[in-house]
Amino acid sequence: MIELVSPSRCIDCNKCVEVCPTNVFDEVPGGHPVIARQQDCQTCFMCEAHCPVDALFVAPLAEPAPEGSAYRDEDALAAAGRLGEYREWIGWGKGRRPGSLRDRNGELTELASAHLTQRFQ
Amino acid sequence: MSRRRATALGGVGTGGGSDALDADVLVLGGGPAGTWAALAAATTGARVVLADKGFVGTSGAAAAGGNNLWYVPDEGDRRERAVRAREERGAHLTDRTWLRRLVAETWDRVGDLEAWGYPYPTDAAGRLRRSSLQGPEYMRLMRRQVLRAGVTVLDQSPAQRLVQDADGVVVGATGVHRQRGNAPWTVRAGAVVLATGGCAFLSGALGCNPDTGDGHLMAAELGAELSGMEFSSVYGMAPAFGAQTKGRMYQFATYYDGDRNPVDAAGFSGREVVARTLAAGSPVYARLDLAPPALREALRWSQPNFFLPYDKAGIDVFTDLFEVRLVLEGTVRGTGGLAVVGDGCETTVPGLYAAGDVASRELVTGAVSGGGSHNGAWAISSGTWAGTAAASFARRRGPAPRATTVPDEGRAGTGGSSSGRGTTVPREVVRDVQAEVIPLERNLFRTEHGLRGSLARLDAPWADAVPDLDASAEPAKAREAAAMVAHARWMYRAALARPESRVIHRRDDHPDLDERLTHRIRVGGLDEVWTRPEVPVREEERAS
Repeated sequence: MIELVSPSRCIDCNKCVEVCPTNVFDEVPGGHPVIARQQDCQTCFMCEAHCPVDALFVAPLAEPAPEGSAYRDEDALAAAGRLGEYREWIGWGKGRRPGSLRDRNGELTELASAHLTQRFQ
Repeated sequence: MSRRRATALGGVGTGGGSDALDADVLVLGGGPAGTWAALAAATTGARVVLADKGFVGTSGAAAAGGNNLWYVPDEGDRRERAVRAREERGAHLTDRTWLRRLVAETWDRVGDLEAWGYPYPTDAAGRLRRSSLQGPEYMRLMRRQVLRAGVTVLDQSPAQRLVQDADGVVVGATGVHRQRGNAPWTVRAGAVVLATGGCAFLSGALGCNPDTGDGHLMAAELGAELSGMEFSSVYGMAPAFGAQTKGRMYQFATYYDGDRNPVDAAGFSGREVVARTLAAGSPVYARLDLAPPALREALRWSQPNFFLPYDKAGIDVFTDLFEVRLVLEGTVRGTGGLAVVGDGCETTVPGLYAAGDVASRELVTGAVSGGGSHNGAWAISSGTWAGTAAASFARRRGPAPRATTVPDEGRAGTGGSSSGRGTTVPREVVRDVQAEVIPLERNLFRTEHGLRGSLARLDAPWADAVPDLDASAEPAKAREAAAMVAHARWMYRAALARPESRVIHRRDDHPDLDERLTHRIRVGGLDEVWTRPEVPVREEERAS
């Protein structure tokens, strides 16, 4: 679930409000958007993908992170390279190549079935 | 409001008043099926409005998940062999004509994606690999194409009810703008395409929470028939701490019991052993140790969204054991939905078309799950067919008449009346439905006794709680709750009407397939739910 809108990174573009498929955020006039309905978050990471400044962190948990969790600690998350991680993989952002160019799902089916066939014969 | 949103809203005012728009074709739902439908309709010159509960570009299971398409070149007998394989796997509830046109249409439309600039990879031989679509990239592109085609997009605007004319033809819909104080909107249209997705009962399955069966309810209120609703018991494997249900990587999994001993359940085939173990209340752990080391880097780039939650949790799926659970994906990965009765994905209600997961996919999946390429191809093709047919219908019929009726908003069983005077909190109804459809021992491992018990516990809230839903604060959530009760009742009535086990529909009291039941089952009704067998699948197909 969404745990963080970084006040130091957020530029108030409200892209997260706009794109969230489950309407989790609220716009705040003159301020950063807020996580208004965390319980509606479906942990789909789409807001992270669309945030232009890597200001959001969605924890991998299906429930809110416990009090004091490292998933809520911006400094720790930033130091561990966790902010903007999804955008790096999908290659979104200035100067990046789309990650889909390295997608090998098409070959995967063939490779995997060959491998598994071998293993179980 | 950002500039981009203003563009998407087109001519819609941003005040708190009621929006009223006119269109030739109204598309409800903006995932793959809805965007393909909108594009197909706009290509014919139709004026198109596309309304989505969420945001066109992130909404729908595909945006978060991605699609591997059923994608077979027209070489020799490859397509025909693929069709026959599908018939076999779907236990002969498919329709050969639909399978043939699906494989052909999907191939052609994927060519459109290439032309529009989807960044496809090339393989070692330098050939473009076009069968896989990564969700964020795919749906960002579809949004761009829809806007370029002049479609008016209403984001964050869930539809609530369909509008009929005096002839019973669907001529529009009403809804609310949920980010503008639930201000109402009305779109009058020559025809409507439903592309609102399946129903995963707010289980949290990846990208599936917007899929609450809203379209099924709206259509059923006008008497639409459904089909294949017994094929609704699909669960996705997910980490115990999360709900990320991408399944493909588990073909490399070994599963372990609570003592960390391997259980006899490797790869995909082990899914039932895992499910039975979990249903018995014992933990199951997984590790993707069958993935060849040389392939692991490629796996990451192929499905970064699979690895993301584990990376964040500090788990290396190839070397660490992690606890798993099964998360309901209902009729998203399962395949029941509105019956389609014509080549243009017509429903049984005139003027109403169904595309993507809101439609029954039985014609092309039979009794098998729609995950793993069926549904992705179906969304593209059915969207294209429905959008084209709806535009043609609207053109033939001319301007929509001014006199129209919205189904009685206060009538029993529809939930979320506009007066919003009810006292039942939507979340309570959702919790009651989830208690019947989410447990493995109720939905995956079905018995007549269990189904009847669940139905009794679902019929009661339909009669009592649903008409009393409080829609004053969040009308869309009241409708979602009502839609899920209706959905569960169709699922379990249909499951009772199929006393056999057939691929994804399992009856523990009837563990074998019964040849006499090689036919599709229609279901419908709200206050009174009915089922009946559809006309038998063609003899020639059964014989082959």
